[in-house]
Amino acid sequence: MKIIRWVTGVIIVALFMYFNFFIMELTTLIKLINVLLFSILFVLIRVIIGRTAADRLVAVDILGVLTIGILALLGLFYNESFFMDIGLIWALLSFIATLSFAKILEGRSLDD
Amino acid sequence: MINEIIGTILICAGIAFDFFGVLGLVRLPDVYNRLQAATKCVTFGTAGILLGVLIIQGFNAFGIKCIIGIIFIFLTSPVGAHAISRAAHRAGIKLTGESIVDIYAEDKELKESSTK
Repeated sequence: MKIIRWVTGVIIVALFMYFNFFIMELTTLIKLINVLLFSILFVLIRVIIGRTAADRLVAVDILGVLTIGILALLGLFYNESFFMDIGLIWALLSFIATLSFAKILEGRSLDD
Repeated sequence: MINEIIGTILICAGIAFDFFGVLGLVRLPDVYNRLQAATKCVTFGTAGILLGVLIIQGFNAFGIKCIIGIIFIFLTSPVGAHAISRAAHRAGIKLTGESIVDIYAEDKELKESSTK
């Protein structure tokens, strides 16, 4: 059972890397952004299946940090700087959301 | 020219760190293990991407915003990780069966026994 899971995961990752870097004809920056989008697919898998509430909280926190990286690379691709403004605001809101959800998970109210 | 080469190498290293951190988030067995792998790796990876963009762009508006982003991520990400792990332990989420030590639970027992 464990061997089947390992082989399935390795085949999925290897197929994605092969199609992304050797088959598709894209710019280098777009290929790198594709790798980050594939990582976000894994994070969404953890959000859907993840057993407890703390797992989903960790996954959403990580999703915010990954989005900042994607926005920085998009700004480099289009040569515009306002993408980084969106990234900074996203980081701020993600931090506040993480702290407040952690407080609710602990069992206290928000004005404690 | 040399700026673009160094910046591209830093961006590739950051994306590799991001990918392995997310792989640990999917693969590891426990909330605390997943938190450790994901937070450390992904924070360092995104900071690497922003540093590469800063080296490519130089000190214009985009570069200054990247510096602010690096400082903000390094300040806020450990605070969020600490809050999540403390809340998970207080909410009663068990450690995985293979772990051998739980200092926080021993500490709480010691404090309760000393107050009685």
